[in-house]
Amino acid sequence: MVAIKVTGLNKTFTKGKKALNSLDLQIDRGEMVALIGASGSGKSTLIRHISGLMKSDSDNSKIEVLHQTIQENGKLGRGVRAARSDVGVVFQQFNLVNRLSVLTNVLVGLLGQIPRWRGTLGLFTRAEKMIAMKALARVGIDNLAEQRSSTLSGGQQQRAAIARAITQGAQVILADEPIASLDPSSARKVMDTLENVNKEDGVTVLVSLHQVDYALRYCPRTIAMRNGEIIFDGDSKRLTPKLLEQLYGDDSLELLGSKQQEEPVVTSLPEQAVA
Amino acid sequence: MSNLSETQKSIEIPAHDLKRSIGSLVMWAVFFALLALSWEGADMRPWDLIENAENMSQFASGFFPPDMSQWKMYVEEIWITIQIAIWGTALSIVCSVPFGILCSENIVPWWVFQPVRRLMDAARAINEMVFAMLFVVAVGLGPFAGVLALWIHTTGVLAKLFSEAVEAIDPSPVEGIRATGATGLQEVIFGVIPQVLPLWISYSLYRFESNVRSATVLGIVGAGGIGMVLWENIRGFYYAETAAVIILIIISVSLLDILSQRLRKMVI
Repeated sequence: MVAIKVTGLNKTFTKGKKALNSLDLQIDRGEMVALIGASGSGKSTLIRHISGLMKSDSDNSKIEVLHQTIQENGKLGRGVRAARSDVGVVFQQFNLVNRLSVLTNVLVGLLGQIPRWRGTLGLFTRAEKMIAMKALARVGIDNLAEQRSSTLSGGQQQRAAIARAITQGAQVILADEPIASLDPSSARKVMDTLENVNKEDGVTVLVSLHQVDYALRYCPRTIAMRNGEIIFDGDSKRLTPKLLEQLYGDDSLELLGSKQQEEPVVTSLPEQAVA
Repeated sequence: MSNLSETQKSIEIPAHDLKRSIGSLVMWAVFFALLALSWEGADMRPWDLIENAENMSQFASGFFPPDMSQWKMYVEEIWITIQIAIWGTALSIVCSVPFGILCSENIVPWWVFQPVRRLMDAARAINEMVFAMLFVVAVGLGPFAGVLALWIHTTGVLAKLFSEAVEAIDPSPVEGIRATGATGLQEVIFGVIPQVLPLWISYSLYRFESNVRSATVLGIVGAGGIGMVLWENIRGFYYAETAAVIILIIISVSLLDILSQRLRKMVI
């Protein structure tokens, strides 16, 4: 069964730069897929299109997630809000609301499912709070539920964001560079959590990564992008350094960076540099 | 070495931009011309201050010693003034939240924020005193007219300040909320308001301070509070009493300023 289907996706930014070039993509339910590529290759743009946070060019294109239309020909689908509630998005900068408690940030995941008036007033039932607490326990930070999310470390915040996606009951999780701003051990915890959700709940995971070694370790399938096009799609094991060099030339060093050193290199992008 | 001299050659101090320096000269000329031009219109007579020094000192001496015999009545009226400010500010905060959101270009489309902004401009452009005069006619003499005047004017001010805070938010948490399938209103409540709340509280407290100051003069046009007493004392040449009222106003406004500054520091 198809989880994500993208056909003929084009995106041109106002400066005339082509970010995505007639891109086709299909991911089945239960897959855990890595999306790799150097910065500027279009990974984030693709994920933002699939989650309906960005609109494509208005030519013949279509994005479906779980058979619900997210967008078609550059227009968001009518049921996009309902479709979004089935898709959990995890961002590089976590995108939690700093001044709210961790628990509230996770409860936000239920907004798409509970009656609107109750969500708007922020009235969550005990049962709903329990769902959120269970999700927090699952990612291992239920002891931090009452703290403001700004007080958490980057890795903890990212796990809270994953708890939000779990609470949402998401069937598909899109993770946009979830570990790019984390230290190696936090990065591993976050990837372990994503893997756990994929294996135990059968949630489809599409995760964009900066570094190939994480793709090799966690994802059976890898999609590699360059200049807005998919240049490789298949078994992660086939992605040898040699092939990467063929695909990316000098840029392959950026993707392999972590392999030549003991610890993976943390690409600490400045906050504003989030594409 | 040759490399070094090459780099030295290529570095140049930017030439003095003639256009720009003429530009700034013209600006200063215009500025001084404006000052000179306004001299007549503003009826500037600085030498009168010196010529009439004796009259003025006599006038000033009438204020001393301040006559505090009616201090109880003054304090009661100041308390009414503060209550006018409390209600005027509270009502305007309630209205400024939706209006502030509707003025923000990152939340609503232009055909919403443009008309709402113009409406708020109008509310802000007209001084509280003018509104007070109008409301005195509409609802009669007394504090309620003052409350209404502060309400309208402050809504215009706070909605603008609130929307500026909203326009400066970090959009990524809002995206995080949107990605869960939340409605637009829920995005605002969970993603926007938590981010701007400390600023909103701070602006509101600041406006409360200014409203207490404004409310002290609203009484002059009959909108209740200490202003009425002040005006009557001035009109009746009771300068000793006037001095007492002014002293009490200064004390209470300073106390409130200190109090609200403390509160503001707590929320930020």
